[in-house]
Amino acid sequence: MSSVEQTFGGAGGHVTALRRLLGPRSTGPAVVLLLAYCVFLVIGSLKSTQFAQQVVSGIASGATFAALALALVLIYRATEVINLAQGEMAMFSTYIAWQLLAWGVGYWGAFFLTLAISFLGGIGIERLVIRPVERGGLLAIVIVTVGLFLLFDGLALRIWGGLPRDFPPAISGSPIRVGGVAFSVQDLVTVCVTIGAVILLWLFFQFTKVGLALRAAALRPDAARLVGVRVSWMLALGWGLAAALGAIAGMMIAPTTLLSPTFMQAILLYAFAAAVLGGLESPAGAVVGGLAIGVTINLLGAYIGWIGSVLRLPAALAILLVVLLIKPSGLFGRAAVRKV
Amino acid sequence: MRDALPGVAVRAAALALGVVVLLWLPTYVSDFRQEQFALVGMWFMAILGQNIVTGYAGQISLGHGAFMMIGAYTTAILVGHYGWTHGYKLATIPVAGAIAFGAGALVGLPALRLSGLYVALVTFALAVALPQFVTKWPHFTGGTSGLPLSYSDIPGNHYLYVVSWSCAAICFVLAWLLLRGRTGRAFRSIRDSEIAAVSAGVSLPVYKTFAFAVSAAFAGIAGAVYAIISNIESPQNFPLSVSINLVVGAAVAGFGSLWGIWVGAILLEFLPIWSQSAPGLGQNAPAVVQGLILILVMFIIPGGFAGLLRELARLPSRARAFGATNFARTES
Repeated sequence: MSSVEQTFGGAGGHVTALRRLLGPRSTGPAVVLLLAYCVFLVIGSLKSTQFAQQVVSGIASGATFAALALALVLIYRATEVINLAQGEMAMFSTYIAWQLLAWGVGYWGAFFLTLAISFLGGIGIERLVIRPVERGGLLAIVIVTVGLFLLFDGLALRIWGGLPRDFPPAISGSPIRVGGVAFSVQDLVTVCVTIGAVILLWLFFQFTKVGLALRAAALRPDAARLVGVRVSWMLALGWGLAAALGAIAGMMIAPTTLLSPTFMQAILLYAFAAAVLGGLESPAGAVVGGLAIGVTINLLGAYIGWIGSVLRLPAALAILLVVLLIKPSGLFGRAAVRKV
Repeated sequence: MRDALPGVAVRAAALALGVVVLLWLPTYVSDFRQEQFALVGMWFMAILGQNIVTGYAGQISLGHGAFMMIGAYTTAILVGHYGWTHGYKLATIPVAGAIAFGAGALVGLPALRLSGLYVALVTFALAVALPQFVTKWPHFTGGTSGLPLSYSDIPGNHYLYVVSWSCAAICFVLAWLLLRGRTGRAFRSIRDSEIAAVSAGVSLPVYKTFAFAVSAAFAGIAGAVYAIISNIESPQNFPLSVSINLVVGAAVAGFGSLWGIWVGAILLEFLPIWSQSAPGLGQNAPAVVQGLILILVMFIIPGGFAGLLRELARLPSRARAFGATNFARTES
């Protein structure tokens, strides 16, 4: 048992749910820090439209990092392992969407069809590939996810080739200007879709019976099994949801980065940083972490000439390292308690 | 059950056979193949490094390609900018190893505070992020188009074969000496249980950092050899997939054993070539085969090739034990 969660339950109570969303009390400093950062961003945005512009586009890319980070957290909570193939799975899903579009399916039709395929694919992967090595220890599972990484990479290369392809945005249109700041339509759609998906997922976890069972299976697998939750299927469901979230992230990012077999690798690094910043166990943390990483990286790239556009990835690595060295449990995670 | 392999005589015979094959190979294969086998030697050293940190010390590193890249750039910069050409080229190899050693120690330091999964994350991030630095300082590193080593002295393939396998042999002996004694025991104890290791007096900071540093040094030497073989060094030589490939090689070879490494090295070098000629697979998709092999190995023989050898070596004693129990049964 890695967490010292005392109370599980509170399925109905809105107060408990809210408290859960805000995290346990020890995250006070983290909340203060985040609020201070928000105040800084707001003041900066009011002072300069240039700054506001950077913040806005940072939020848009941050939303996609948040979706992928949330996918990582879902699987981490279910299987206690980081799915290194998460980015490649998302890449593959995006290619499926591209293929559907090429066959003449409408955008939203392709979008939801891809989500369904990814969801089922995620469940299938857990049942077929992860489950057999589940008891083999951390190394075995990590290696199998590395195998999945290679498999999807190679399959995409085999089926669609290595050339970058255009991926259409959900809605195209000229940017909307508010007080000198241009909101691109694609960015707005990205934020709405990813944040919408996150909220839907939260509602699902918080207020449905299956969601409750999922949380129970992740938190206390043995106890959950005793009360009749089919834990192994819940883990598979977690993988399915994560795959669908990854697909959303992929489809939202692809219009700006172009679609290629390696396009999610950099995004995965940002998502790692986001998930660790938020605390690997905390879904809310992953979302906050994703947005924070998106905005911060964008600001660093724009205002510190030395970093520019080239050193954004190393900057994310630096953030990852700093968080791990100063507070490995992240902003909202609980400090791991190890049983000796 | 570390010493489940048969006795000293069999091991010595296996080693002697390996040396004979290595000496005989260049007289048998074509000049072109010799370069490929030189690359096998390069992979051998890199997998050796990966195996030390992951298989022996139990730290999951997904970024050893980054250390190879550091070694390769050390050699390329020394040759290209500082004129360590001709014979001096070989002198860059230990320098590359030393610099990679330092880089590995630096990565090992944060790993001290982190548990298994986070080490994997950090090293993965390192492998993704490091090539970016190359494009940051193009004057020094040659940028994305690469830094050529030298135009005048392009070595022949037999020379490359000899250099590569000499380095590999030295690395192998060093690793064997290191792992058979106190250090190897300390590594394995950390892998099996950190808490038990600490209570037995093993210093985690020293040995974890050392494991990273040594394994990075081997990867760095491999990178330097790679730079000498390819005669040009560019960031495209070391994408994330190289780090991933090393994990594949080490897993197929078998974690925590030195006996299977050659299998992993041959696989990494020749699988892309074989899979191109394989019917139905098409070109540029060796990753599919690698991924499948990796997953299947984890399903069927988690110990890799070395694990398979160990199982085979146990067969006679098992058969004996089986016979004994049967005998006992008939007696009673």
